[in-house]
Amino acid sequence: MSLWEIDIYPADGQIDRAGEALTADAIDLGLDVSIQVAAVHGYLLEGNIQESDANRLADKLLADSIVEKTVVAPVGDQRLQQSPVEEALLVYVINKPGVMDPVAMSVKQGIEDLGVAVEQVRTFRKYWVSGVDQDSVNRLAEKVLANDAIEQVVHGSLRLDALALGNAYEFELKTIPIRSLTDDELEVLSKQGQLYLTLVEMQTIQSHFQQLEREPTDIELESIAQTWSEHCSHKTLAGRIAYKDGETERHFENMLKETVFAATVKIREELGEDDWCVSVFKDNAGIVTFDEKFNVAFKVETHNHPSALEPYGGANTGIGGVIRDTLGTGMGAKPICNTDIFCFANPEVAHEQLPPGVLHPRRVMKGVVSGVRDYGNRMGIPTVNGAIYFDDRYLGNPLVYAGNVGLIPKDKSFKEAHAGEWAVVIGGHTGRDGIHGATFSSAELTSDSEMLSGGAVQIGNAITEKMVMDVMLEARDRNLYSCVTDCGAGGLSSAIGEMGEEIGVEVYLDKAPLKYDGLSYTEIWISEAQERMVFSVPDENWEEFRTLCESEGVDATIVGKFIDHGRLVLKYHDHVVGDLTMAFLHDGRPPIIREAYYEIPEITEIDLEGKAVGLDQDLESILASLNVASKEWVLRQYDHEVQAGSVVKPLVGVQNDGPGDAAVIKPVLGSDKGITVSCGMNPRYGDYDTYHMAASAIDEAVRNSVAVGADPARIAILDNFCWGYTDRSETLGSLVRAALACYELAVDLKTPFISGKDSLNNEFSYQNEAGEKVTISIPPTLLISAIGQVEDVSTCTTMDAKQAGNILYQVGITKRELGGSHWTLVRELDAGAVPTVCTDNCNSVFPAVHQAIKSGLVRACHDLSEGGLAVAAAEMAFAGGLGITLDLSTVPTDQDYSGDTENIVKLFSESNTRFLLEVAPEKCEAFEQVFDGVIAARIGIVTEEDQLVVNNGESNLFATPLGKLKEAWQSPLRW
Amino acid sequence: MTTPKVLVLRAPGTNCDHETKYAFEIAGGQADRVHINRVLENPSLVEQYQIMCIPGGFSYGDDVAAGRIFANQMRSHLANVMHEFKNSNKLILGICNGFQVLIKSGLLLEDDANGDPPATLCWNNHGLYEDRWVYLQNNSDQCVFLRGVDRMYLPIAHAEGKFVMRDEVVADQLQANQQLALRYVDASGAPANGFPENPNGAQRNVAGVCDESGRVFGLMPHPERFLEGTQHPRWTREGLQAEGDGLTLFRNAVEYFA
Repeated sequence: MSLWEIDIYPADGQIDRAGEALTADAIDLGLDVSIQVAAVHGYLLEGNIQESDANRLADKLLADSIVEKTVVAPVGDQRLQQSPVEEALLVYVINKPGVMDPVAMSVKQGIEDLGVAVEQVRTFRKYWVSGVDQDSVNRLAEKVLANDAIEQVVHGSLRLDALALGNAYEFELKTIPIRSLTDDELEVLSKQGQLYLTLVEMQTIQSHFQQLEREPTDIELESIAQTWSEHCSHKTLAGRIAYKDGETERHFENMLKETVFAATVKIREELGEDDWCVSVFKDNAGIVTFDEKFNVAFKVETHNHPSALEPYGGANTGIGGVIRDTLGTGMGAKPICNTDIFCFANPEVAHEQLPPGVLHPRRVMKGVVSGVRDYGNRMGIPTVNGAIYFDDRYLGNPLVYAGNVGLIPKDKSFKEAHAGEWAVVIGGHTGRDGIHGATFSSAELTSDSEMLSGGAVQIGNAITEKMVMDVMLEARDRNLYSCVTDCGAGGLSSAIGEMGEEIGVEVYLDKAPLKYDGLSYTEIWISEAQERMVFSVPDENWEEFRTLCESEGVDATIVGKFIDHGRLVLKYHDHVVGDLTMAFLHDGRPPIIREAYYEIPEITEIDLEGKAVGLDQDLESILASLNVASKEWVLRQYDHEVQAGSVVKPLVGVQNDGPGDAAVIKPVLGSDKGITVSCGMNPRYGDYDTYHMAASAIDEAVRNSVAVGADPARIAILDNFCWGYTDRSETLGSLVRAALACYELAVDLKTPFISGKDSLNNEFSYQNEAGEKVTISIPPTLLISAIGQVEDVSTCTTMDAKQAGNILYQVGITKRELGGSHWTLVRELDAGAVPTVCTDNCNSVFPAVHQAIKSGLVRACHDLSEGGLAVAAAEMAFAGGLGITLDLSTVPTDQDYSGDTENIVKLFSESNTRFLLEVAPEKCEAFEQVFDGVIAARIGIVTEEDQLVVNNGESNLFATPLGKLKEAWQSPLRW
Repeated sequence: MTTPKVLVLRAPGTNCDHETKYAFEIAGGQADRVHINRVLENPSLVEQYQIMCIPGGFSYGDDVAAGRIFANQMRSHLANVMHEFKNSNKLILGICNGFQVLIKSGLLLEDDANGDPPATLCWNNHGLYEDRWVYLQNNSDQCVFLRGVDRMYLPIAHAEGKFVMRDEVVADQLQANQQLALRYVDASGAPANGFPENPNGAQRNVAGVCDESGRVFGLMPHPERFLEGTQHPRWTREGLQAEGDGLTLFRNAVEYFA
């Protein structure tokens, strides 16, 4: 057996781009500017491999002789330590044992295709660092080159004897004495065992086993902890809550059910026969009707905690997970597009200001974007919509929302497993990855999280999931199974446990295919290894199902059987290692009872007189603020056109670079019916009132879809609550208040919620230099995602100004609502009334805008959001490459404003339910008829001038060249 | 007119197979999506087809290098049947990842005396995946797929699309043979002058290459993503084209057998 190292260098004359980028990152880190990093990647090959074979593999498979050159030698050989530059220090970065290495799997296949026998393959990266001392290299390795959560750093020569992982496992049944523990001991057990259960829950388990007159096994405790985790059961929000806010008092038995879910129930009742919801809040994704043949499913998930520790892997597996959610909805939906929304701290923060244990926000952002990109693009699913929100309170807790829309045949929208069928797992093998992901994501992060919970971090393998998708959609159409669900948080324990909840199931843990030896039966049960789906397959279909999977190289294994006994029986070979009733597992959790309190803040108005100086500068500052600034650097890295259904792309306008309001795709080849995807989120408004934050987010998500042509009567929405520590009554109160707004807005707009998810306890704690505990809580962050429908996509419109001479209308009413606005952000003011939503207004404005767009009366439509009218007009102008002249005197307002107040309010107020529409002069009459009785006023004109001109009646406020506005908007995130 | 049969050859990670099949079908062909494993089991399967297309995607994850593992399979197990297909007056098209496979398998450009490909597709100059629309100019009279095409506007979406030739001799020869068939240009039709018109830094602005016969063609842009008007990035301002620029390629392929 020999162990070869093959290093791949850029060929002479080729640029080392990875090295250049790392050198720049190193200087940015504050290391000496004379630093130079040379980057190498390579492969370790173990097997009976002759030198000639190793050289052949390097030349024919691993390197491209036109642009690369190689060094091939046994591991540890001198040749591998010859620096290409003078006086350089050598660093290897290699995955920790057991971390997914997809490239290695492909290389193994490639080597076998060349007829060489190889036992093990691993990839690594290697760096030659010159110009600095060892201390600097150590710091560079820690901060830039490697992530300790998944990788190890080796300084100098690599010393390795073998690559093989794992040792033979010796079975030993473990029981956990619990019956005689004191309360204190129960709490210790919960924490040390990473169960993260409360004392009441531990007591409930204790008394259950006291009644059974035996001690639980380790796997039984783990099963209960997974099933009862916040992540899987949403026990806080679905629990009893006593809420008070000074205006109202409410007692909820199940808060979510009585707010978000209740809205949908009410809407469906009111719609009666016209109900277009199909499956809501019960499957992995919500389902609504689409056309004669298909329904659509939509789900948005969060993957915050893993992304904080390992941004690439966390985001990667986040998108992989939500894709499996739609795949595991009904009998399986075909994923048709992704939407991704992120929240980060300021990427320009100084390294010295970072608390311990926190990755730099720019590194987090780059990692997250890469993770989403690599998974979505490889899956062949267009990423069509998204947003990035910046606030320094996301420093320790970045948020990563990943969403997926699926297309599902109408008759495949429901599923049911039956007794007697096999429980089958297909796709990835089970390893030690992701152990305790479900319970971990329900716990608060600390600066030690990285060390305690590294096992919860994973890397995905998109191609495995793509292969799973290919065979499962074929198996679905051949009716080979009766139920499917994804393996997400909690792994097999959650997937099989849920599927067998109403029946009972027996699981053969020893049958699960493993990545390497040595896993205990409990590790197999709770591993969150990625890219696995669980099916219920009738015996008569098993052979065809297995053969189909095998034909495309996908492993399918029977791991259990559904049995009508109402129990979860876990076996390892002949040993019964766990035996719980489904009743206790799923219904035995004691209800959580919480107090929630919200103090409605009083409004303090800002005195605007004297402040209307430099409004043009304010506009540029808002365009350059990170939330508003162009995200083109991110968007272009996503394939937004695969599947060939793209109708309105994320970037629109004369140079394909303006900010579209919502994406439109047509998911069925040959059909003109379309889907819109959009979102709304306003964490800054939450600092003023979470009710109006939620209302505004719903309005924004809906109006973005309406702006491109969606029918407001066919928009469905999703909620994703990301909040701080909800054991605190005021934090929970702020959430309940947002949920109350969700109910009222949804009911009034007849816009149903169809699915949702929450992520609580997003707080980060560390010790500052004085030894005090500091906690950063994220701002209450509610993401509303909308999916709309368009009968004929050729009626859609975009936000870029189209033609000089066209008339501009503001639709909707402007109020003095500057609280939480971007104008106050750039002016560093902290007051004002937060934007509210008048649903009567929505119900007249949205249908009118839709009618006008559908009738072809609108050349451009842009919603008014961050930065108000000023930003909308600027974006419309530079996206269209045409000038705009506005006359503020005709902007419709709720009351008469004058002086500085008038100009500031009309330009920068962020009142909801407003649009800027461009109409050709010959269409104005018909347009105004559509808006009879709806607030709409002519406020400007599209011009051939190369500038945005803002007047108020006779007086000119400012005129700014489009190039200047566009540069302000494009430059901040042009990385 | 005879309806040619089209083999849309997919591998693990291929992801443009459905829309590529659709493109050939609306052009008048009859297309099947076939997994590489079926061809490995039974290489003679390809004989019943007149057109073979390797569509876009990430075959085997683009691991090692884009298209490398798939190309390696072709070289190791299917070299004979593929060259026979090529030499039977049939057509082969590689789009994006398919182009990468054709180049790296030696099927599009014959290996040189050392047994190495004379050209490659490597990482974009800026080192990132990029989705962007590009203007293209046809520079070949013999490329079957580009018959009647002067200029086209199509999207690219790739990380490893920079076309690099081994040396100037190779480059001059390919150019003289009109094999550097498709080039990046600017909106006015003048040769692209760097990024973004040439989105990846390809030598001589090459976006697509054909073999000497003009019957084997690979290109980085995605013609199957512009079949109809609503796929154009500016249709809402410029109006709907009756059909997309990409459709011509598929129609040319089908009509070759008319």
